Amino acid sequence: MENVLTVENVSKNYGNFTALNNVSISVPKGSVFGLLGPNGAGKTSLIRIINQITLPDSGTIYLGGEKLQPQHVHQIGYLPEERGLYKSMKVGEQALYLAQLKGLSKSEAKKKLRLWFEKFDISNWWDKKIQELSKGMAQKVQFIVTVLHSPKLLIFDEPFSGFDPINANLIKDEILKLRDEGASIIFSTHRMESVEELCDNIALINKSNKILDGKLIDIKKQYRTNQFEVGLLSNKNTKEVLLNQVKEHFNVETAATKSFYNDLRLIVSLKNSETSTDLINFLNDKAQINHFTEIIPSTNDIFIKAVGDNE
Amino acid sequence: MNKLKLIIKREFLAKVKNKSFIVMTILSPLLMVGLFMLIIFLNQKNSEEIRTVAFVDDSQLLTTVFKDTDNTKYVDLTAIGLEEARKQTESSYYGILYIPKSDTLENLSKGILFYSEDSPSLNLISAIENKLEKKIRDLKIEQLNIDINQVKSAETDVEITSENFSGEKSSKIGSILKMITGGGFGYLIFMFIIIYGTSVMRSVIEEKTSRIIEVIISSVKPFQLMLGKILGNALAGVLQFIIWMVSAGFLMFVIASVFGLESASSSSAMGQMNPEMVQQVQETAMSELQLAFLEVKNLPILTIFFSFIVYFIGGYLIYSSIYAAIGAAVDSETDTQQFMMPVMLPLIIAIYVGFSVIENPHGPIALGFSLFPLTSPIVMLMRIPFGVPWWQILTSMILLIGTFILIVWFAAKIYRVGILMYGKKPTYKDLYKWLRY
Repeated sequence: MENVLTVENVSKNYGNFTALNNVSISVPKGSVFGLLGPNGAGKTSLIRIINQITLPDSGTIYLGGEKLQPQHVHQIGYLPEERGLYKSMKVGEQALYLAQLKGLSKSEAKKKLRLWFEKFDISNWWDKKIQELSKGMAQKVQFIVTVLHSPKLLIFDEPFSGFDPINANLIKDEILKLRDEGASIIFSTHRMESVEELCDNIALINKSNKILDGKLIDIKKQYRTNQFEVGLLSNKNTKEVLLNQVKEHFNVETAATKSFYNDLRLIVSLKNSETSTDLINFLNDKAQINHFTEIIPSTNDIFIKAVGDNE
Repeated sequence: MNKLKLIIKREFLAKVKNKSFIVMTILSPLLMVGLFMLIIFLNQKNSEEIRTVAFVDDSQLLTTVFKDTDNTKYVDLTAIGLEEARKQTESSYYGILYIPKSDTLENLSKGILFYSEDSPSLNLISAIENKLEKKIRDLKIEQLNIDINQVKSAETDVEITSENFSGEKSSKIGSILKMITGGGFGYLIFMFIIIYGTSVMRSVIEEKTSRIIEVIISSVKPFQLMLGKILGNALAGVLQFIIWMVSAGFLMFVIASVFGLESASSSSAMGQMNPEMVQQVQETAMSELQLAFLEVKNLPILTIFFSFIVYFIGGYLIYSSIYAAIGAAVDSETDTQQFMMPVMLPLIIAIYVGFSVIENPHGPIALGFSLFPLTSPIVMLMRIPFGVPWWQILTSMILLIGTFILIVWFAAKIYRVGILMYGKKPTYKDLYKWLRY
């Protein structure tokens, strides 16, 4: 697939501190790319370099096949983690100003703003000052300003902070809609559940180094542990017997999951040669199976494991 | 370029629409004129006050000295003696002058006392001293058997008329005019640098605390933003300056016409004098006025105007970029203190040096500080009305522009890093480190 953004061997130092060490990522066109990492890993440094706020010490960046140039800022929309608006400026004026700084003409910006304001049902805010709005309301304006100039690359740094669940959902839907319309999105966050929902590809940065990247599905496969959670119907008397029978053949832990039935919940680890069919056949002989799923590592688990292994 | 225009426009409007700007712009001229009128009023009141001074002259030698003047009346209480006079004085007189009896004139001059409830006005005391000195001198001359008329004919009054080498006459009024023009413009630059410099700084801090800064610098270069901010504020300053000048001019015109009426009515008082005297008074008044007018015309107005613009722009740009860098380095206005001191210092020094420059506009101090770029906008402008050689103006302008480029370059570096730094209050060491990022 064609890449909208390619970062090649980018390094950045602040005095003696290395913020990025030879980091490379590629963001495929029309996808959501999760840029993950613990606090201080270097995510924001990388995002600022892509936005040409700071320059890398070495390495190259390509946007849509071209080497990154100053006029490319018009093709990027950036919602920083540290964000805000002029408090004493009116919503409409301010949005117009920021849109014009992104290269839109005044009339064009006005037209687009009207559309977005209607979409978010905030048309009556045009003449309000930001300081009269709540934090969530201001965030909506901020989101509109970020996407208004229809950039081909959108960078969201913790986009959901400051939103209640309803508005967070609204924003999430808008992000996916923008993706479907052809925009590519870099999405930086600590909130792993939103990564599961949104991201097609991820890169994990820890201590200025990229330690993991690729398609989310592939990474999940890679981090599979060959474990299954099973539920076996039983009563008080048979439970103990059943557990011992399974333990004889497999590595078994008791699952933490709470069940509606009085069943035996176990996490079973398969050995290398065994398949899930072997397990089902084995269990089917012993008791009635009411639950069977493969345990797929969550992004959260992968994150913690990858960062832990790296240290 | 287009973006810079957008930024300048926003900064200008943000500043001009601000309530405090509007209030300041409208109120300041009124306040100035009001203050001016208050001073005139108080001065008049002061000179209208009549003081009655009692005296007890036990020596009987000096009684003839005390003749009433416009502001001071004298009452002879020698007859009732000092003790009684003091009792009366407490209630009804400004003070009492006591001249004791004495054997020689030498001792007489040492023993004179003035009693009063509060410490007496220095002007009054020196006026009385003058009178007494003169009288005692005359008495001494008499004692020495010298003809007083001979002494008087030996007295000469020297008045030096000064003229520069190209033959133009200069007068005291001219010098005062130069002082006022120079001092006024120098002080104006000082005020504008401080007011609009801090305004730039506040605006930078506002962008930092409202966290909009990162949104903006993802669209424009930090240097563009800084420059736009500085220029936008400068335009607001120029607008304010123009409004002040126009409204001050208008108010002055109004006041002048009011005072003009007063001087017309005072001419009726002149009518009571004999015609010769009137003519004389008018003549001297005319010539003084004409001379002053000539002096105004002789002021290097074009040079003053041109250099005001250059020095204002140069000085403002230097200082406001320093202010911008300070604003970028800190998180809130309370943290600016440690950096403000070194910025204010040269400005304050310039104003103090300015006072001595007005006294001696071509001395080494004046020359030095009018070349040094951090003080030259103020000091040079104070010197220019007195006439400064071209090479000095040129040197100081070149130094100013060179320094401006250097400082903007440094300030932009600090600004670029500082606007993205939150939390930690930076030290000078940090700032130095930022220069190398």
